[in-house]
Amino acid sequence: MNIFNILSEIEKVDGEVFERLDHVSRRGMFSSMGKKLSAVAVPTLVAGMLNKAYATTPGALDVLNFALTLEFLEDEFYKKALSTAGLIPDTDKPIFAQISKHETQHVAFLVGALGAKAIAKPVFDFTAKGTFADVFSNYKTFAIVSHALEDTGVRAYKGQAGNLMAAEDKPLLQYALQIHSVEARHASVVRRLLNSRGFVPGAKGWITLAQGNPTAVYAGDDVLTQGGVNLTGLAGKSNEAISEAFDEPLTKDAVLAIAKPFIV
Amino acid sequence: MEKSQNDLSVVESTANVLQSSGSRRNFLRNAGLTTAAGVAILAVGCKKDDPVVTPSGTVDLGSGDVGILNYAYALEQLEAAFYIQVLTTPYTGMSAAETAVLTDIRDHEIIHRDFFKAALGTNAIGALEPNFAAIDFTSRDKVLGAAKLFEDTGVTAYNGAGKLIKDANYLLLAGKIVSVEGRHAAAIADLLKPMTAFFAGDDIIDGNGLDGAKMPSEILTAVQPYIKTKISGANLPTS
Repeated sequence: MNIFNILSEIEKVDGEVFERLDHVSRRGMFSSMGKKLSAVAVPTLVAGMLNKAYATTPGALDVLNFALTLEFLEDEFYKKALSTAGLIPDTDKPIFAQISKHETQHVAFLVGALGAKAIAKPVFDFTAKGTFADVFSNYKTFAIVSHALEDTGVRAYKGQAGNLMAAEDKPLLQYALQIHSVEARHASVVRRLLNSRGFVPGAKGWITLAQGNPTAVYAGDDVLTQGGVNLTGLAGKSNEAISEAFDEPLTKDAVLAIAKPFIV
Repeated sequence: MEKSQNDLSVVESTANVLQSSGSRRNFLRNAGLTTAAGVAILAVGCKKDDPVVTPSGTVDLGSGDVGILNYAYALEQLEAAFYIQVLTTPYTGMSAAETAVLTDIRDHEIIHRDFFKAALGTNAIGALEPNFAAIDFTSRDKVLGAAKLFEDTGVTAYNGAGKLIKDANYLLLAGKIVSVEGRHAAAIADLLKPMTAFFAGDDIIDGNGLDGAKMPSEILTAVQPYIKTKISGANLPTS
């Protein structure tokens, strides 16, 4: 069994296979393969990786590069914060280390799926042209930017799900949903931190009406009609509770307008 | 509309009363919203999508998008029933902050449940009877542990069902709900193990930073022990 013969066969139908595999850590894969895996397992593994590492339709390439832009932003944001001495209290570091780990994994995953079509990482300005001038010296500012990025990420992925419904994009739709809910977990825990640290008293894991700053991140989240059904008064619950129960999407343009000040 | 909303509140408190007096009967029953609301979203129920209760008492979720919506409705019924019980018989030492979080989550799940019932209209499955015999509601760890299990299961269920949905509007609706379930899961985990990585822990999130995703058949097998009513997803889409 020769793995390279298999790959050159695949290359005949997929000219970029080596680039794709490169992004899912080719060196690591091949160096460990001979030692750890039986010949029988190898084709299965390669097939699995290729299955994951595929975005071919124009719609999928567009969605994934859009997502990658946000993941690049989040990834570098947390790496910088965690490496800035004195910014994040030691007690809170496990939370941001876990978030940072996931953002790095998301970048690697999307780059792997896009292969040669992946955009280059932009250059970022985390002060957003001075709006958050002390983002890496004031923990409160950092935490507020963090929750805004996470909530934006949730709304951004949600807004793109419908663009991944082509039959060949179905696996990518699921992966996008699997990232989407991780971003929601991140947002929830940081929002709870905003409350417990006294930065935004009363902040909850979920978004109430369209409350929150920056306002553009939360605009239009106060929807009370879902699927054509006006839910006002449903089960005797408040408008606040009804709005919290549903997270609203953002359009790509709205997300890019939020992200733009962070990109040089 | 006004009347049925009032009915819902009454039924909810009735359920609480029944529950606290020890009766589980009709625990999950809630009043129907006018089915006119459901028509707005589910134009016309196709005959083959109609869920059926078989003579053996098994509830069939149905097929197509209606089947997936009934699948979600079943899971939301389970979650709502669980949190109603949690707040009806609070565990020992439930703090004010915990009560607030659990009350919010209960209300969200009730809203999800009643939304699906309204949206499905005449296509909706009936009320399911829960079975929480295995959960010790006096124990904080057991209750929060079960809550985490239900939230993680909900996220995993919605994530796995997305690709089975045909109508983009329903996919978006599922997306609007699943992220709220993700927020719940993280908040519950944060109550269990504050200031740790547990809110999106390596027990749930894989090495690619991906949350769970499972097919309905797997999820239904996992949740059936918590539901007395036998549920069949045999006619749900598989791709």
